[in-house]
Amino acid sequence: MSTSTQTSKTLYEKLVETHTVARLDDQNVLLYADLHIMNEYTSPQAFAGLAQTGRKVLQPGQNLAVVDHIIPTHPTTIRVIQDADSALQASNLKRNCEMHGIPFYDANDRYQGVEHVIVPEHGMVRPGMVILCGDSHTTTYGALGALGFGIGTSEVEHVLATQTLVYRLARTMRIHVSGRLPFGTTSKDLILMIIRKISAQGARGYAVEFCGEAIHALSIEARFALCNMAVEAGARGALIAPDQMAFDYLTQRCPDLKGESLAQALNDWRHLRSDAGATFDAEYSFDAADVEPYVTWGTSPDQAIPITGCIPELSSIEDETERQTVDRALRYTRLSPGSALEGVPVQHIFIGSCTNARIEDLRAVAEVVKGRKVAKHVRAMIVPGSGEVRRQAEVEGLADIFLDAGFEWRQPGCSMCLAMNDDVLAPGIRCASTTNRNFEGRQGREAITHLMSPAMAAAAAVTGCITDVRNLGA
Amino acid sequence: MTRLSKIEGVAAPLPIANLDTDQIIPKQFLRRIDKAGLADGILYDMRFDSNGDKRGDFVLNQPAYADSKILVAGQNFGCGSSREHAVWGLLEFGIKAVIAPSFGEIFYSNAMNNNLLLVALEENAVEAILRDVINPQYSQICIDIEAMTVRSHSQSASFSLSERHRRMFLEGLDMIGATLSMEDQIRAFAQAHWQHKPWLKDIAATTRKRLV
Ligand code: SF4
Repeated sequence: MSTSTQTSKTLYEKLVETHTVARLDDQNVLLYADLHIMNEYTSPQAFAGLAQTGRKVLQPGQNLAVVDHIIPTHPTTIRVIQDADSALQASNLKRNCEMHGIPFYDANDRYQGVEHVIVPEHGMVRPGMVILCGDSHTTTYGALGALGFGIGTSEVEHVLATQTLVYRLARTMRIHVSGRLPFGTTSKDLILMIIRKISAQGARGYAVEFCGEAIHALSIEARFALCNMAVEAGARGALIAPDQMAFDYLTQRCPDLKGESLAQALNDWRHLRSDAGATFDAEYSFDAADVEPYVTWGTSPDQAIPITGCIPELSSIEDETERQTVDRALRYTRLSPGSALEGVPVQHIFIGSCTNARIEDLRAVAEVVKGRKVAKHVRAMIVPGSGEVRRQAEVEGLADIFLDAGFEWRQPGCSMCLAMNDDVLAPGIRCASTTNRNFEGRQGREAITHLMSPAMAAAAAVTGCITDVRNLGA
Repeated sequence: MTRLSKIEGVAAPLPIANLDTDQIIPKQFLRRIDKAGLADGILYDMRFDSNGDKRGDFVLNQPAYADSKILVAGQNFGCGSSREHAVWGLLEFGIKAVIAPSFGEIFYSNAMNNNLLLVALEENAVEAILRDVINPQYSQICIDIEAMTVRSHSQSASFSLSERHRRMFLEGLDMIGATLSMEDQIRAFAQAHWQHKPWLKDIAATTRKRLV
C-alpha cells in the first residue's frame, strides 16, 4: 500500500485510514471493526479461548451471530437439528451469545438466513464500514462500499476481545468494466469470466475495487454476487464506490436514519470514492460486451468457459503443472478435454447460497421456469437466502411457480453450498449450482459441481442438461 | 504460545495447485466445538477411498512419508474457506511447516497465529525441492526460522517472514494480550469514530432490537 504522504487516495486506503487505531509496524495496523459476524462452526473455539483466559467481549453491540451452516432446510415449520454434534454447535453459540450479550439469530428466528444475506438486508452494512466474519465470503459487503473480509478463528477471538484486528495492509487493484452486460448474462457470468482471466489467485493479496459503467449499471444484489466471488480470485476485499443506487437501497433499509441523520450519513457516504489521481498497484480492464453465460467445468472457480466454448485440450496447454491441474480436474468431473459443456446431463439443481439466493435471483429463476417443468430424473431445490427472501418470494407468487414446476421450496440456510447439513450429493451426481465453489467434494464426496448463474441453473433444471439460457425462448 | 526456531524432518511431496481448505479438511470434520480429533480429517478424501480404506498410492500413506513433518505443495495452497480447522488439523497430524509457491490469504494468517510455518519460495525453487523429496532417501528438510533458510538434500534457499511473524515464532506472543494493553486507545478511538458516524454505534444490537 502506498504511503500516507500522498494526497490522492484509493477508497480502500480511505477505509483503512479511518479505521486505524494504531500503526503497529510498516506492514500492520490495528484495525477497528464496526461489525463482527459469527456463525456456529468457526466461532466455538474462539469463545472457548475467551473462557480459558477469562476475557470479556469488549463491545457486544458491534457483534452478531447466526446459525446458518449446519441447519436442515426441509420445508417444515419448526426446524430441529437431528445431528447431535451440529445441535451442540447451535446451542453452544446461543449460550455464548447470551452469556456475552451478543445479538443472535437462531435456527427458527423469522429473520434467520445465510449470514451474508441477512446482514445487508436489514441495513447493517453501510458504506465506509469495516466488517469482519469468520467466513471468506465477507467480501460481499464491498457492494455497498464497506470493507469486508474473512478471518480465522484465532482472529475471531481477537476481535471479540478487542473489537480490532491486527491487519496486514493489502495491495490495491482496480478492475474497470466498460459497456453493458449483454442479454442473458449477469454479474455471476461477469465474475466467472474475470476469475477465469486473472486466475484463482489473480487477486491474491489485493483489495480489489470494481468500477466502470457496467458495474454501476448492476443492481445492488447483482453487486453482492460480484463482490462475494472476488474471494475466489484470492482477493482480500472487494469494493464498489457507493452511488445513488446504493443510497436508495440503504435509505429503504435503515429506518433509524431519517431527516437530519440521513442527510449527515449521505454526506459522509458521498465522499467514499477513490480520488481522481489515486494510483493502484495493479489494474485490469474488461469489456462487458465480451461476457457470455459462463459455466465451470473443473474443480476451481477459474476453470470456467462460456457456454458456447469448449473445455481446453490438454495438448494446447504448454505448462506442465497447468496440464496436470487440468487433467486432475477433468478426471474428477468426468469430462473430456476439448468437449463442450452444453448438453451435459445433470441430475441435480441447487439454487441457493450467499452468492445467488436473493429475491432478484429467484425472480430470474421464476422467469425461466414459469409454465415449464423440471426435467424427469432431475432433483431441483431452491434454498432461499433468508426468511425475508422466502416470504417475499411467496408474496410475489414465485414460490407457486417453483412448486408448480416441480422444485423443492425449502427453508433458508447454507445447505448444499457446502453440504455441512443433511443436504449432501451422492458420489457421481452432477449438479448445476448457483453457488461459489466447485472444489472437489464441496457438495458431497465425488459429487460434481458446475457453477453458473440462477437463470442458467433454471435452464438446466427444465432441460435436464447444461443449456444456454439464451436459446430457451420465451 | 510455544517457541520454535527450527523445523527438521521428512517432507512429503504434494504438488497440487489450488489445494483448498475444503480438501485439507472436509466439512464432516467441522461439527465439533473444540479442536480435538481434527487430524482424522486431514486430506481425508485423498488418504481414504469411499469405503474408508487407506489409499496405498497416496504419499502420506506410504511408510517412507508416514511421519512427515513438512509438506511441499503447489501454488495457492490453502485457498478457499476460512476454516482454521485446516491448520489445527495439520498440526495435530504432525505437520509443522508447508513449503509452496504461494498460499491462500486467510490460511496464511491462520497458520501464523498457530505457529504452523508457511514458507513461500519461487516456483522454481519449490520444484527443485520437490525433485529431492520425491525420492524418499532425500526427503529430509531443515528449516531455520531464525536465519530464514530452507535446506533440502541438494537445495538451499532463503525465505522471508515479516518481522512480526518471525517474532511470533521465536518469542511466542500473546497477541490478544498485546492488543488489550491498548484497550484505552481502542475505546477512545471508538468514541471519536461514533461521534462522526453515530449510525455505526451498536449497529448489531440496535438492529436486533428493531427486528423482534
Ligand atoms: S452460503 Fe456457502 S459460501 Fe455462503 S456462507 Fe454459506 S457456506 Fe459459505
